Amino acid sequence: MAFRAAVITFPGSNCDRDMASAFEAVSGQPALRVWHADADMPDRIDLIALPGGFSYGDYLRSGAMAATSPIMRAVIAAAERGVPVLGVCNGFQVLTEAGLLPGALLRNAGQRFVCRTVALTVENTASPFTAGFTAGETIRVPVAHHDGNYYADSETLDQLENEGRVAFRYGEAVNGSARDIAGVLSANGRVLGMMPHPERAIEPAAVAALGGADGRHLFENILANFATA
Amino acid sequence: MQVRVLVRLKPGVLDPQGRAVHHALEGLGFTGVEDVRIGRLIELDVADGTDHDTIKAMCEKLLANTVIESFTIETAGAQG
Repeated sequence: MAFRAAVITFPGSNCDRDMASAFEAVSGQPALRVWHADADMPDRIDLIALPGGFSYGDYLRSGAMAATSPIMRAVIAAAERGVPVLGVCNGFQVLTEAGLLPGALLRNAGQRFVCRTVALTVENTASPFTAGFTAGETIRVPVAHHDGNYYADSETLDQLENEGRVAFRYGEAVNGSARDIAGVLSANGRVLGMMPHPERAIEPAAVAALGGADGRHLFENILANFATA
Repeated sequence: MQVRVLVRLKPGVLDPQGRAVHHALEGLGFTGVEDVRIGRLIELDVADGTDHDTIKAMCEKLLANTVIESFTIETAGAQG
């Protein structure tokens, strides 16, 4: 049975096509495209993806306006039913603003937009998103963001660490994130938010020219572990 | 009714913008600036009689992100 990924497009999303292409490349199935003003999700969704970009021009705070959009009510309801959700970059910001993941993404500590391929350490290999990785494995994935500085109070950070909910950590200084956190999981392991862009690192042919193919592994995990067939 | 909502980063939350402005002030020759924190002023024009709890709910749901920000609400003649 076909893997049904739904990719949400907000006004100002700019990685939605990349996200859809990544799912198509790995699953061989077209991704469903969903508009922010839609009130309902298509039926039988295997995963919802919130893409990168600058939804609503980053008005108020990155992700704040998108978190209030009609489709997000459906996304939150789906997540509460256990539908997996992947948020990348602006998608991660939207997930924290919507309360589906803890913490917030602040302006990068260095004030600059950071756009390069960085080393990530895979911390969690128990979630369906990360089960195919090796604990402590280093992967290289591109980042491109201005507000990627992960913040949560120390109590929340301790809780995330103790529950194994830090999915990825930066292997180098990138944006000032608390404890170098690059990606976090929800308590049930079915919502993943991450600043780096795995969908920009999926084409083997582009290994040398672009960010490599390490992101592909994440999509392969998603297909292997979330397909409802 | 005019309402002013002042949104500030909580103490301890890094403010890189404030830090950059601090450096810029020093670069302009202003001395004695101990710290700079940048917040946001939101002016609302709401129906007369809108109660404080409604405005507080607006702040908590959208205007401020209470993970990182605190807010104060000022209405004409009242503060809270």
